[in-house]
Amino acid sequence: MNKITAQFQNKNALITYISGGDPSLEMTEKLIYKLQNEGVDLIEIGIPFSDPLADGPVIQEASQRALKAGTTLKKLIAKLDKIQNRVEVPLILMGYYNSILNYGEKEFARDISKAGISGVIVPDLPVDERADLFKYLAEFDISQIMLVTPNTSEQRLKKISAKSSGFLYCVAHLGTTGDDQQGIYPELETYLNRVRKTAGELPLGLGFGIDGPEKAKKIIDYSDGIIIGSALIKVIQAGNNEDEMLNNAGQFVKSIKSKL
Amino acid sequence: MSRGYFEEFGGRFVPETLMPALDELEEVYLALKNDPEFINELKALLADYSGRPTSLYYAEQLTKYYGGAKIYLKREDLNHTGAHKINNTLGQILLARKMGKKRIIAETGAGQHGVATATVAARFNLDCKVYMGAEDIERQALNVYKMEMLGAEVIPVTSGSRTLKDATNEAIRDWVTNVENTHYIIGSVVGPHPYPEMVRDFQRIIGDETKEQIKEKEGRLPDYILACVGGGSNAMGIFYPFVEDKEVNLIGVEASGKGIDSGQHAATLTAGRVGVLHGSKSYLLQDDDGQIIPAYSISAGLDYPGVGPEHSYLKSIERVKYHSASDLEAIAAFKLLSEKEGIIPALESSHALSYLEKLAPELDQDQLIVVNLSGRGDKDINNFKKIREAEKDE
Repeated sequence: MNKITAQFQNKNALITYISGGDPSLEMTEKLIYKLQNEGVDLIEIGIPFSDPLADGPVIQEASQRALKAGTTLKKLIAKLDKIQNRVEVPLILMGYYNSILNYGEKEFARDISKAGISGVIVPDLPVDERADLFKYLAEFDISQIMLVTPNTSEQRLKKISAKSSGFLYCVAHLGTTGDDQQGIYPELETYLNRVRKTAGELPLGLGFGIDGPEKAKKIIDYSDGIIIGSALIKVIQAGNNEDEMLNNAGQFVKSIKSKL
Repeated sequence: MSRGYFEEFGGRFVPETLMPALDELEEVYLALKNDPEFINELKALLADYSGRPTSLYYAEQLTKYYGGAKIYLKREDLNHTGAHKINNTLGQILLARKMGKKRIIAETGAGQHGVATATVAARFNLDCKVYMGAEDIERQALNVYKMEMLGAEVIPVTSGSRTLKDATNEAIRDWVTNVENTHYIIGSVVGPHPYPEMVRDFQRIIGDETKEQIKEKEGRLPDYILACVGGGSNAMGIFYPFVEDKEVNLIGVEASGKGIDSGQHAATLTAGRVGVLHGSKSYLLQDDDGQIIPAYSISAGLDYPGVGPEHSYLKSIERVKYHSASDLEAIAAFKLLSEKEGIIPALESSHALSYLEKLAPELDQDQLIVVNLSGRGDKDINNFKKIREAEKDE
């Protein structure tokens, strides 16, 4: 079975997002171990980008901190490559298409495969766009996790779920990441039932705007897993030093897991 | 539906949330494009509301000054709101109305597109928000007052480089969030399909009129057409009807700011590499890691690190030649036109005008040059202090 799909077996998966290199690649490494020890099922690592147009302010700022610290995609992949023997939880890279295009699509697929990365999410690369990336990810056996949104048509849903592997990323509302003003999409149940009918066996991960345990509890019955990014980054940022930051991350994951 | 590519450039690189809106826009646009009722309504608005056709003016004094080719100016500065931008916003507001959208958003750099959008939103009684970089708000205060007077809300954007690129990011984020009731009026031939094609079609009236007018005045097509290029809408507008007329040389002029070597410029086609920004694949200013480099130009309307995908295509097939002009060259052209012809041009258009110095004297007196005077310079007057400082630094 696909390494990512396996993480959804017999449980609600918790998927957490952190921004690679925020505020340093050393801290990213420590956070990965911490999240792994707390029992997170999948970890998404954001590739920092100057113009992250699907992201709200929290992840925008996280990207900026990472870039200021000199993080590049090359350095990020090198770091993940170096620590791969200590990481058991599957890692997923999430980034904008320009970063990958600039790196070289084939080189990217090859290098992240060597670094032990299991999946890739590219929020600004729709299923029907021309991109060699799709081909190379398949060639190197890396899952391409695609996104659907509450307003995705049936026709597109079919195409997207056919092309997605690992899981299907269901965006919880119309908006950017970390937008907790939006609330939960009012017809969440209908939306996810509709997606499930088309997606079949593919697990459904729900993300965008899930800001803590309360919201997690309300929605967990509808999906197979939840994705938390901005809310986690916020609590990490609230720490005054590295230990506090790691500790905050651990406490936060515990509080979410208790609701799953 | 077509995929919106000009060979390798263009496409639709956007979050999935926007796909239904782009499909709907494309469908409505393609349906209305050839609908006589839509065509007539737009034509009437362009004529009676904006004052089209704009004139093709023989700049006799400027021609004498350079002593070479005969110079004509396509007077887009005479449009309502002072620039070519309204050609596009009038078209798009009619589409928004057709789609039943209640809310309009736009990005703006120099504020010309913001004013043109606020204007049509007022005319059609739609709610309007304009995203504008905090830096540009300072540089273009006059246009901010105008937009507010017209009832639009101007939202300062403080993320990133605080200019047009960041205002565009924020507008896209707003659209992702409010896509069900909102139409995003993009101001240039950039963005995801169908925008580059649609905005070009709304702007081609500049070139269509020019063709007719020059034939009437000179009995033939011009030898050269010059236009400034930021995102590239005024240039696409005047170039497009001439693309098949191979005898007409088309020249786009980008902003080289303080010089290409200084790193402070906006010369995307001259110094950029192919990448993806704001929904389409085109030339971009980016670093080794693929991060977008903030553009720089004294003119806020050219201060953009991307360029329309069709320009990238026209460059790749060498149909259009792209050059660049610096801040100081643009300022000199700005003054020269004011003094010689009594026309104060926008700093954006001054970049195109500045190329005359290299071109006009080299040509024979029976050769013809048309410069697209895309906007008027009133908005830049209060920048004059900064302009003088820039000259002192020389």
